[in-house]
Amino acid sequence: MIALQPDFCDIALPEGEHYSIEDYASSKARWCSGCGAHTILNSVQKLCNDKQLPPEKTVFVSGIGCSSRFPHYMKTYGFHGLHGRAFPVACGVKFRRPDLNVFVITGDGDCCSIGAGHWVHAIRYNMKMVVLLFDNAIYGLTKKQTSPTSPFGTVSNTHPAGSVLPPINPIQATLGLPNVSFVAQTVDWKPAHLNATLKKAFDHPGLAFVRIVQRCPIWMRDSYEPTVKDPDAITVLNHENGIVLDEKALKKFRHVNEHDPSDILKAREAAEMVKETTPIGLFYQNKEAIRYDEYGAHNLGTAVEDRIGAINSMMDRYAI
Amino acid sequence: MQSTSNTTTTKTDIIFDRKTIKEAVVEIVSDSGEGAQKCGQSLGAISAKMGNGVWTVEIIPAEIQPPARSKAGASGIRVRMGSNKVTNMGDHADIVVALNEQVLYGRIDQNAYKSGTYLLIENKWATHTPETQKAYEESLAQFKELGYIIHEIPMEKECLKHVSDARKGKNMWVLGLLCNIYDRDLEIAANQIKYVFRKKSDKIIQSNLDLLHAGYAWANENLPMHFTIPSRLSDEDFVVMNGNEALSLGVMAADIEVCSMYPITPATSATHAMAETIESAGGIIHQAEDEIAAIGFAIGASYAGKTAVTITSGPGIALKTEFIGLAVMAEIPLVIIDVQRGGPSTGLPTKVEQGDLLAVLYGAAGDAPKIVLAPSTIEECFHYIILARKLADSFRSPVFVLTDANLATGVQPFPRPTIKPDWFTGPANQAPWKKGVKAYDWDAETGLSDRPIPGQKGGMYTLTGLAHDEESHVAYDPSINQRAAESRSRKLAALHKTLKVPVVNGSETGDLLLVGWGSTRGAIEEAVERAREKGANVSSLHLHFLSPIEPGLKGIFSKFKKVMTVEINYSDTIGNPLITEENRRYAQLAWYLRAHTLMDVDCFSNVYGQPLSPIQILKMMEKQLDLTLID
Ligand SMILES: Cc1ncc(C[n+]2csc(CCOP(=O)(O)OP(=O)(O)O)c2C)c(N)n1
Repeated sequence: MIALQPDFCDIALPEGEHYSIEDYASSKARWCSGCGAHTILNSVQKLCNDKQLPPEKTVFVSGIGCSSRFPHYMKTYGFHGLHGRAFPVACGVKFRRPDLNVFVITGDGDCCSIGAGHWVHAIRYNMKMVVLLFDNAIYGLTKKQTSPTSPFGTVSNTHPAGSVLPPINPIQATLGLPNVSFVAQTVDWKPAHLNATLKKAFDHPGLAFVRIVQRCPIWMRDSYEPTVKDPDAITVLNHENGIVLDEKALKKFRHVNEHDPSDILKAREAAEMVKETTPIGLFYQNKEAIRYDEYGAHNLGTAVEDRIGAINSMMDRYAI
Repeated sequence: MQSTSNTTTTKTDIIFDRKTIKEAVVEIVSDSGEGAQKCGQSLGAISAKMGNGVWTVEIIPAEIQPPARSKAGASGIRVRMGSNKVTNMGDHADIVVALNEQVLYGRIDQNAYKSGTYLLIENKWATHTPETQKAYEESLAQFKELGYIIHEIPMEKECLKHVSDARKGKNMWVLGLLCNIYDRDLEIAANQIKYVFRKKSDKIIQSNLDLLHAGYAWANENLPMHFTIPSRLSDEDFVVMNGNEALSLGVMAADIEVCSMYPITPATSATHAMAETIESAGGIIHQAEDEIAAIGFAIGASYAGKTAVTITSGPGIALKTEFIGLAVMAEIPLVIIDVQRGGPSTGLPTKVEQGDLLAVLYGAAGDAPKIVLAPSTIEECFHYIILARKLADSFRSPVFVLTDANLATGVQPFPRPTIKPDWFTGPANQAPWKKGVKAYDWDAETGLSDRPIPGQKGGMYTLTGLAHDEESHVAYDPSINQRAAESRSRKLAALHKTLKVPVVNGSETGDLLLVGWGSTRGAIEEAVERAREKGANVSSLHLHFLSPIEPGLKGIFSKFKKVMTVEINYSDTIGNPLITEENRRYAQLAWYLRAHTLMDVDCFSNVYGQPLSPIQILKMMEKQLDLTLID
C-alpha cells in the first residue's frame, strides 16, 4: 500500500490470471424469490467479471436491510455494518486505499432515512466508489413499514390507512447536493440497461450514485407490477454521453428522451418527471468534481524518517 | 509558604531581599478574551524552562463571551510552580492577579483562596463609571473582611504608556509583574514571548516585550513581595505541554494515519494541536459530519488498513456506541480517545468529570468486552496512545483511552520521549492470506486471531455485525453465538494474564486505602503523602487498566481496614435526604470494584466540575480517620 498512487485502481493483472463469474459468487442468496436484488447481484457479478476486478481488491460495504445482505453473496471483501452507516465506513475504506474498488449497497430506509446525513456528505466527499441504492420503497427486512420513498398513500404496517407524507425523490435530493458528480437511475428488471448503467458508474472518476428501482414481490407487489408490465411506465434518458444502449435494446423502450447529462438544471427537470413516469438513464455527470479520496491519499507512504522528523519538530516547540 | 531569606540579583541589577519558597500557586483571572491564559501558560513555560516543577490548570467559563465583569465570566488560569515535581493544581492560591474584581467571586465560591492570599486587582474600575466604582469599593471591602491582602494595581494606566489598546497588552504586563515577584529569568521570558507571538509582526513582538519589562519594573518599584523558588536543572531533555497536546503527539508517534473526529470540547484541541503537523507526519485528520460518521470512517480505515483513531468526549461516545459494539463484535482494531467532561447530556462542557467509565465499560447492547486504559499524567497521555494502538492491533479490538478536561488543559513538564522507528509498522500487510486460515481463527486458549486486510489475496470475507462463526458466516446455529462471545471475552482474560499487580503508594497495610484512576493521581498521592507525614496510616492505589482490571486487587484491599475510591463523578452521600445504605448510588469505579472484589469499597466523589485538590482529600481523610491532618 505504501507506494500506491491514486491511479492504481487499474492495477495490471498478473499474467494468466482470469476471473470467471463464479469467482465472484459466494453462498446462495437468501432473498425471496422474485426479489429484484437477485438480478442486481447477477449484474454486479457480471460487471466485476467484465472489468476483471481482482476479488481481493474489491470491497462491498453495506448497511442493514434485505439489500444490505448483498456483500455476503460476493466472494470479495465485504463489510456488512450498521443500519444507515455504510457511507462513512466506505469513505473510511477508500480514504487511504486508492487501489481498492469500493461499492456501497444501501436500501431506501438505510440511505434516505437513518443514513440521510451521511448520504448528503458522501455525495459532497465525492470519493471514487459506486453507490447502489436498492429502492423498493418499503422497509423490507423489518416487514413492511413506510419508507421515506414510499409513494404517498402507501399502505403499510405503520400506516394502515396509507402513508401521510409525500416521498423523498432520491434523484432530486442528490442532484441538489454540492459537489455531486454522477446520478443515474435504472430498474432491476431491464438487465441491459442495468448492466450498462453499472458499467458507466464504475468508470466514473468519483462517487457514482445509482438508484435502482427494485421490485419487492412480498410487500410491494401492487405498487410495482403495473410499472413492470406497462411499456409506457418508463422513459429512457438517452445521450451519447449517457447510458448507451445498443439499438436493439433501445428499441424495446417506447419512450426515449434526449437528455444531456452535463446540464444540471435539465437534470433536475428530468428528475421531476418521476410523477408521471420512471425516467431511467444518466441524469448528470461531472468528471471534474473535487475528490476527497485524492486528498486522503496524497501523503500515503511518507517515509518513517520524515514522519519522525515532523513529530520531532513539533515536539521541539514544547522543548524546554 | 515555607520561607527563608536570601539575596538575589536580578537581571536588572536591583537588589532584593527575596524569600525562598518551595512552591507557589498563582492565578490570573479576567473576563474572557483578555489573555489571562496566555499569560499563565507563559509563566508556566518560563518556570518549567528554569527547572521548576509546574502544573497549570485553565479556568474556563462555559460561554465564549459571558457578560463582562461577572461571577460566571471568570476566565483565567492557575499556575502552581515548585522546586520539586508538581502533579496537581494544589490547594489555595497565594497570589491572584485580577483584571476586574467581580470575576473573583466565581473563584471565591470555589474555595480557591484563603485568608492571606494576595489579590492584585486592576484599579481602573475605581474610577471607571459610578456603578463600577460602587461595585469595586463594596467588593474590596468584602475581600478585606475575608482576610485577603489587597493591592490595587494601575494596570490600564501603566499599559497605556506602551500600547493604545490596553486590553491587548495587559496580559504581558502582568507576566512581567509576576516574573518580578517570583524571580523569573527575563531572558527566558523574552524568548517565550517571541515564541508565543512567532506568527505576529516584529512590531507586535516588540510591544509585548516592552510590556513585559514595564510590568517587571513596576513590580520592582511598587510591590513589597518578592520570592524565589529554587529549581533543579536536570541533564535530561524536557518538554512542557498539556494533555491534549501529548495525546496528539502520541497519535502521530503511534503510527496512526487516520484521525477521524467531530469537534467537541474538551477533546477538539487535541486535533488543533496535531493539525499543523499530521500531514507531514504521514497522516490526515478527517473532520466528519457527526460522531457516528467519525467512528464509522475510522472503522472503515482500520478495516482496510492501519489502525485509526477517533477522538471525542461524552456526548460523542453516546453517539458512537452502536459502532463501538460493531468494532467489538467484528473485532476491528481501533483507538477511541474520550476526553471526559461533565455530564450527563451537554453537562459541563469545559469542566472535568470522570463520568464515562461505566458508559464506556458497559454502554452497549449485549456483551461488548473491550480494553480500557486511563492515563494519569500528561506524560502518560503520550505513551498510552502508543500502547493503545499496539493493544488494538494485537488483540484485534477497540481500545479506549480515557482522559479528562483536567489532563486536557493541565500543563506539566516531562522527559522528552524518544520516538522509536519500531513504533512504525510500515504499510498494512498485503501478502497473500495464509491458506486454510479462517477470518476469525479464534485461538482456543486466548481467543486471539489474525485479521485479513482487503488486498490480501485469498483472505476475502464479509465482516458483519451479525453473530458469526469463524468464517464470518452469519450464525444460524445458536451455539455459535455462545462460542464467539466466549472467544471475545477470553481476549481480555489473555491480556489480564500479562498485567502486573499494581504497586501501592505508601505502606501495604493500613487504616485507609484510597483508590483512584485518571487525572486525580497527583492530588491523591500528594494528600496521602501529607497525611502520612502527620502520622496517618493511609496509602493509595492508582489504576491504569480498567478493562481488563488490574490483578491482585482483592489481596491488596484486604490489608486495609477501609478501602475507598476518590473520583470526580457523582455518588450519593449517606445522610442526605432519603439516602440509605440500601439505595445509595456509588461513584463509578467504586461500583466496578465492589462488583469485582465483592468487598465493601466506599467512595468519595463530587461533581463540582473542578479538579480535586489535596486539601479536599485531606479533609475527607480527617473525617474518615478522626485525625487532624491540616495545619
Ligand atoms: C439502529 C437500527 N435501527 C433499526 C434497525 C432495524 N432495521 C433493520 S433494516 C431496517 C429498514 C430496512 O429498510 P431498507 O433500508 O429500505 O432496506 P430493505 O430491507 O428494504 O432492503 C430497519 C428499520 C436496525 N437494524 N438498526
